[in-house]
Amino acid sequence: MDPLRPEAAGAPSIGGAPVAPDLSELLKLSARGDQGAFAVLYDAMAARVYGLAVRVVRDPAQAEEVTQEAFLEIWRMASRYDVERGSATAWMLTIVHRKAVDRVRSAEAATRRDTTYHSQNQAVDHDSTADAAHASLEARRVRAALHSLTAVQREALELAYFGGYTHTEVATMLDLPVGTAKTRIRDGLIRLRDTMGVGA
Amino acid sequence: MSSDIHALSGAYAVDALDDIERAQFERHLAECDTCRSEVDSLLEASGVLAEAVFLAPPAALRDRVLAGIETVRPLPPVVAPVVSLDTVRRKRRFPALVAAAAVVTLIGAGVAVTQPWQDETTQITLSAADRVLQAPDAETWTKSPVTGGTIKVTRSRSLNQAVVEAKGLATLPDGKTYALWLQHDGVMIPAGLLSGEGSLPVVLEGDPGSAEATAVSIEPASGSLHPTTFPIATFEFEQV
Repeated sequence: MDPLRPEAAGAPSIGGAPVAPDLSELLKLSARGDQGAFAVLYDAMAARVYGLAVRVVRDPAQAEEVTQEAFLEIWRMASRYDVERGSATAWMLTIVHRKAVDRVRSAEAATRRDTTYHSQNQAVDHDSTADAAHASLEARRVRAALHSLTAVQREALELAYFGGYTHTEVATMLDLPVGTAKTRIRDGLIRLRDTMGVGA
Repeated sequence: MSSDIHALSGAYAVDALDDIERAQFERHLAECDTCRSEVDSLLEASGVLAEAVFLAPPAALRDRVLAGIETVRPLPPVVAPVVSLDTVRRKRRFPALVAAAAVVTLIGAGVAVTQPWQDETTQITLSAADRVLQAPDAETWTKSPVTGGTIKVTRSRSLNQAVVEAKGLATLPDGKTYALWLQHDGVMIPAGLLSGEGSLPVVLEGDPGSAEATAVSIEPASGSLHPTTFPIATFEFEQV
């Protein structure tokens, strides 16, 4: 297994000397009940967590709830993080993503049941991104990596990851035979992994 | 079948499986090292996608989160149980069985699995269904609803728990689910949902030990407070 890449920390990482908090160490301290360590962890991860939640659930108020639930889960589950199996960032974002997807799917079920329900979503001010420095650097790298995917891989992957749709739904949305979408999602992730040099 | 399920690794890593597929794949993960390490690496890749969507949350959220953790106790670490080599060898002989049991109980406990590396935790925290099914005082009832399939209820009074196992139930339209009920003093109280066609055991929520009966009815997928349809099966418990 290749050594894991260094954590992309939430602290600004361009200009000046980056003081990147060691997220796995912070998780370890959190598992022991160290609330100060968890606060540092929150500051390092909050924009990533909230950004992902907003992207998936869309509604800012619900995204806040998802963010809060996810952080509580991270606090509760901190001892279960296994550094051997992956980066702390990926572990935390996996929790966040699952919460966000659960939220959109249960909301969808509720809407189907009660069609009179309407939520007036406020638009999120995407310009209020605080961590512009990080966004411009790391996000550019990610966007470049995304461009290494084929258009059909990217389409399927984005619908699944950001749209919160199942691979069967993605297949239907893209007029693909069932089974094709899951292959595209997997192929896309593999290429993304290899391009970014993450994972095993 | 196994190569087919292997292909679900990517969809699993981005939470693009429905509940049934997720359960099947997690059962597969428990016994497939290749898939597990692939999933680990794909989770790293999916995490990378989130790098592109930075957005600062409202400042007040920080206070709420930090206030929230004060009331939550972090779980203990998973401690490897001390087992003799002999036990390990015996276990290895039935890996599929052990893995299947782990998933069954995982589903049975109705726990929303949010931790990606849940396999270590399943064995220590989630064995409720098995405990009921193997309880010395387990009582079972079986019924075949007219809509098809069979439903088996196993109750252990000493554990105050019951497990529902369903086979071959009719596929429901979107937005409908099989709901479970426990009757106390003549009133049906929600006791959980049967996911999908219910091929896996589900542990009832509530107090089956003192309930008069349990029932299964077809309800909106989001659940109901009371049965809104006539139960497809009702099981009367013997009262002490």
